Amino acid sequence: MPIRSIRSVLKNKLLLGSIISLFLLFIFSFIFYNILLFVLFLIIFIFLLTYNFIKTTRKLYDTLGTRLMLFITASVIFLFFLLLIVLINGSIDILQDQSLSEIILSSTWKPFSGKFGLFAVIIDTLIVTAISMLIAIPISLLSAIYIAEYAPKKFKNIIRPFIDVLAGVPSVVFGLCALLVFVPLIRDDIAPFFGSNISSGFSIFTASLILAIMVFPIIISLCIESFNSVPIELKEASLSLGATKWETVKKVILRASGPGVLAAIFLGFGRAFGETIAVSMVIGNQELIPKSLFGPGQTLASLIASNYTEVSSIPILASALIFVALLLFIVVLIFNLLGYFVLRGASKRWKY
Amino acid sequence: MITSVLIVIGSLILIVAIISINGAPSLSIEILSQTSEGGFYLGPGGGFLNAIIGSLLLALPASGLAFLISIALALYLQKDFLKPRTSNFIRLCLDILWGVPSIVYGVFCLAIMIAIGMTGGSLIFGIIALTLLEIPIITRSIDESIKMVPLGLKESAYSLGSTKFEMSIKVVRKQAMPGIIAGFLLGFGRGIGDAASILLTVGDSNYFPSSIFDQTATLPTMILNLVSMPDDAVQNKAYAVAFILLIIVLLISILSRSLIKKSTKYIIK
Repeated sequence: MPIRSIRSVLKNKLLLGSIISLFLLFIFSFIFYNILLFVLFLIIFIFLLTYNFIKTTRKLYDTLGTRLMLFITASVIFLFFLLLIVLINGSIDILQDQSLSEIILSSTWKPFSGKFGLFAVIIDTLIVTAISMLIAIPISLLSAIYIAEYAPKKFKNIIRPFIDVLAGVPSVVFGLCALLVFVPLIRDDIAPFFGSNISSGFSIFTASLILAIMVFPIIISLCIESFNSVPIELKEASLSLGATKWETVKKVILRASGPGVLAAIFLGFGRAFGETIAVSMVIGNQELIPKSLFGPGQTLASLIASNYTEVSSIPILASALIFVALLLFIVVLIFNLLGYFVLRGASKRWKY
Repeated sequence: MITSVLIVIGSLILIVAIISINGAPSLSIEILSQTSEGGFYLGPGGGFLNAIIGSLLLALPASGLAFLISIALALYLQKDFLKPRTSNFIRLCLDILWGVPSIVYGVFCLAIMIAIGMTGGSLIFGIIALTLLEIPIITRSIDESIKMVPLGLKESAYSLGSTKFEMSIKVVRKQAMPGIIAGFLLGFGRGIGDAASILLTVGDSNYFPSSIFDQTATLPTMILNLVSMPDDAVQNKAYAVAFILLIIVLLISILSRSLIKKSTKYIIK
């Protein structure tokens, strides 16, 4: 009998033995309620399990370390699905109470009388996100182009760290500023200018404005990164053919870095869509379909923040809020998958 | 183009300036060294030391935990351990988690709290929510810098007889050090400033937390509480809290820059 097969039999016996011993010990520790005993046996089990493969301590470390890393990786993936499962499980209550179409298509949100219509909130969320992206995309794209391609080096060296710092400023700080500056500004100047005199300043437009400012640093720094990764030969080739600098930017750089720019916009969109605190501070927190941009509203995320305090008094409200969170999660999921496939297609087509 | 740069820079400077101008004068030794028990939310007295401690007690363990998990995760995403197909799937999952709004993590913890019958919130659930929030952020940063490690370096480690684990821990980790530091501090900065996930999970208190099951005050939630008060003098304290938060973020950024510079010296190019 070759040595190899003896070894493998031994290995299997060891494996079997260790599984049996673990099982016994599990029962023992269960009987005696002794967690220490259990841990001890777990260690012995792992040692037995790996003993065969080990020739040196280095191998032991290798095996244990790799398994630990595998375990952590698997648990993070598990966590992803756990998040989904917990949210779905939590929102079953509300879905049994009312039908899905009733929740999404009705627009009366009155937790105290058991009405959880989300239609107005969804419309508000779409409007706020759309306006903020409409403001943010052109401005941040243009400034990214300026900073990456046109600005003198000194300016570049100052501005890059500044923008990176601002990308990390907490949203509550932005919300506070909006409360101090934008709310009075819109109440006193901008809203009357557009002819709506009764605006309190807490409005959809205020929220969109502060969201746009919050999104600037994110889009700009990512765009600059992808502009900088365009190979210099491409630019030189375009310039040597007699293109002007703007033509080069428009026809070469923007195309070559297209996937990166798209990814930046997707990220900015995600941030604007899910932002909670800054929005809930300035949007007015009323679940209405807006009559004008200067009226109060409510987004999905800020709905959770402004309603969670009543969870203990209305049990079904908790379930409704979990459903809103599930909705947020699913939208982000769909958007990310969409972005992933669009980007994959785009980077295939835009290869240079 | 220059107009748009001016708009961006102007608005961002405006925000920093507003917070500094309004916040800096109301800072004093008293406000930094007292807890908010008594009349902090009502009158001129009191301070917010308990919120600073609370924030640190939340963000430090959460970042530490998230850091350990994400460094193992990011090392395991290398081609040496997983097939590119699998690791790309995991990256996609992480990207989705990166984009999930932080309030969803808060609701996730709230759902668990409701399921096990806890009310009011506690430090431990805040830590869990922040850890979940930070894992994708830190992992992405570490993963980006691990991707940059030259193949030749890994191959020479293998050819000297090192195992996969030794290669990752001794060679790749050292080479990816700037990204690791940047990731940790990025996650910490995000964690200390995030209000949405904490709002639902840690509750509020006027004292120092004595165990991980206590409720606690934090800087972001304290700003929200202060803003909702009717008195102007009390509202102004919110700017002082925001100013401290801004300083912390700035310090983190400076620290990360200098540490990255230091660690870049030891990298083989």
